[in-house]
Amino acid sequence: MSKIYYSPSHEYIKVDGNIGFIGITDYAQNALGNVVYVDMPEQGDDVEAGEDFGAVESVKAASDLISPVSGAVLDINEELIDNPRLINEDAMNNWIIKVELTDPSELDNLMDEEAYKSHCESEKH
Amino acid sequence: MNRKYYGKVIFELSRPGRVGYSLPKNGCEYKLDEIPSDLLRVKKPNLPEVDEPSVVRHYNNMSTNNFGVDTGFYPLGSCTMKYNPKINEEMASLPAFTSLHPFQSSDTVQGALEAYYKLQSMLSEIGGMAEFTLNPYAGAHGELTGLMVIRAYHESRGDMKRTKVIVPDSAHGTNPASAAVAGLKVVEVKSLPDGTVDVEALKPLLDDTVAAVMMTNPNTVGIFEHNIPTIATLVHDCGALLYYDGANLNPMLGVARPGDMGFDVMHINLHKTFSTPHGGGGPGAGPVGVRAGLEEFLPNPRVVKCKVNEEDGFALEYKTEKRAKSLGRVSSWLGNFAVELRALAYILSLGCDGLRMAGPLATLNANYVKESLRDLYALPIDRVCKHEFVFDGLADKSTGVTTLNVAKRLLDNGFHAPTIYFPLLFHESLMIEPTETESKETLDEFIGVMREIAREAKETPDVVKNAPLLTPIRKPDDTAAALNPVVTFFEL
Repeated sequence: MSKIYYSPSHEYIKVDGNIGFIGITDYAQNALGNVVYVDMPEQGDDVEAGEDFGAVESVKAASDLISPVSGAVLDINEELIDNPRLINEDAMNNWIIKVELTDPSELDNLMDEEAYKSHCESEKH
Repeated sequence: MNRKYYGKVIFELSRPGRVGYSLPKNGCEYKLDEIPSDLLRVKKPNLPEVDEPSVVRHYNNMSTNNFGVDTGFYPLGSCTMKYNPKINEEMASLPAFTSLHPFQSSDTVQGALEAYYKLQSMLSEIGGMAEFTLNPYAGAHGELTGLMVIRAYHESRGDMKRTKVIVPDSAHGTNPASAAVAGLKVVEVKSLPDGTVDVEALKPLLDDTVAAVMMTNPNTVGIFEHNIPTIATLVHDCGALLYYDGANLNPMLGVARPGDMGFDVMHINLHKTFSTPHGGGGPGAGPVGVRAGLEEFLPNPRVVKCKVNEEDGFALEYKTEKRAKSLGRVSSWLGNFAVELRALAYILSLGCDGLRMAGPLATLNANYVKESLRDLYALPIDRVCKHEFVFDGLADKSTGVTTLNVAKRLLDNGFHAPTIYFPLLFHESLMIEPTETESKETLDEFIGVMREIAREAKETPDVVKNAPLLTPIRKPDDTAAALNPVVTFFEL
């Protein structure tokens, strides 16, 4: 059974055991507008919690992707190369990278859905 | 706005055999078999076959599809879409300029070189700089050239570890992009709630790895960076240079000079501040100025005073011993010469007093619009602004009408949209810059429409959400168009 965690910079991670799928939230895709390009790392790269691992470019802005956890990149979502707008269509089901977590306790620093919702509310004001 | 849309492509008018012009007989002798066969065209070129009246009507009709400063108010923030006086066109169209050839010897083009030299000198005076190059083709090209000058300066001192450029979070996207292209790393510095750079946040970033700090003043929320003397001292104390992005020079014209504020290198967008054509129509021009001590790094060629046939004259100067550290060429020829002529015409026709009026009038116009709308639109930075200001969408967002909707509804009312979703400091940025060329009547009409849209957003929000309703094309999918452009008729 997977569980979803959220970062203050609007990434989510869906975790199953020590495997996580990282993407950007629906709130983030809505704020960015039409996504035109996703800059992703390569399979085998390492990501570190709090560090950027790529960027999402939209018609409005380019925004860094900040990794919510540390780990190794097992896979990237290659469909996003040709069709970055999948993120606008369904951000929560179009993950960007798949990682193997090195330290699952880092998840404790992230928010659950409810905490994330109030985080988004506070950003609107 | 002209809502009659002309949507034909010239190829649709083509009929086999129809011609509008007879070419004279080719007087050159040539034999087809002398041309290598792989260079010979196999198929006939796909050119439209049309008669003269069809061509004239086609292009005249197509020109009416445009919206520009000649057709209406264009309050596009950060772009200074001021009216382009027709005398600029007249001067740039003088046959003495248009019939020049770039390879002509300089003693036959003394007038053109003098015009070029005058503009170099006048921009130096206006910017408070020692010297200007007119070579760069656009604002971003100017930024890149300016940063290359800064790099060359540090490297000439053997200081190779300065690889960072500090850019405020309110900066134009071109700043970090230019820094990256110049091979430098971008570091962002935060703004305070009043929109100015946070000096305390800047301090810890300044060390011996910083090449430059790029600033726009007034900044992109239209606020004058009043801490600029302090910032300049801090930047110089750490050995870095201070770069002035000239995008917002307009309100400063003849009032304050970047050189006096402590800036070392700057660019000017002639297509903004100096009323040359802008946006699609362009081309632009992005002259770069430097303070004393940095002249030797400027690109070549430049126009210098010298003796021509024993009389005072002008010459093109390329790399010399004195200028051994020059960047060399950053453009072919001398930049966009015809654009530079337009800017010179603008400066000369306004004169010193006229130039001094531009900034205060632009500032007055911006504040007039801001104060007339602040009850209906959210004003996150409540201060006297300079030439432009930013609303954070409607004050009442309860019906879900966004800044994008407001912008589209303005098109229905015959106005160009303001800049939207920039700067990134606010979620619903709507940035208005009226410029000094608009009359009070035009501004009142715009204010009236903006107030009406706010009323519609409350009472009939669907009308605003579905806008534009009256434009010839309603909601083009601009993202798909940018990702998969169809650039020729034959791909349709």
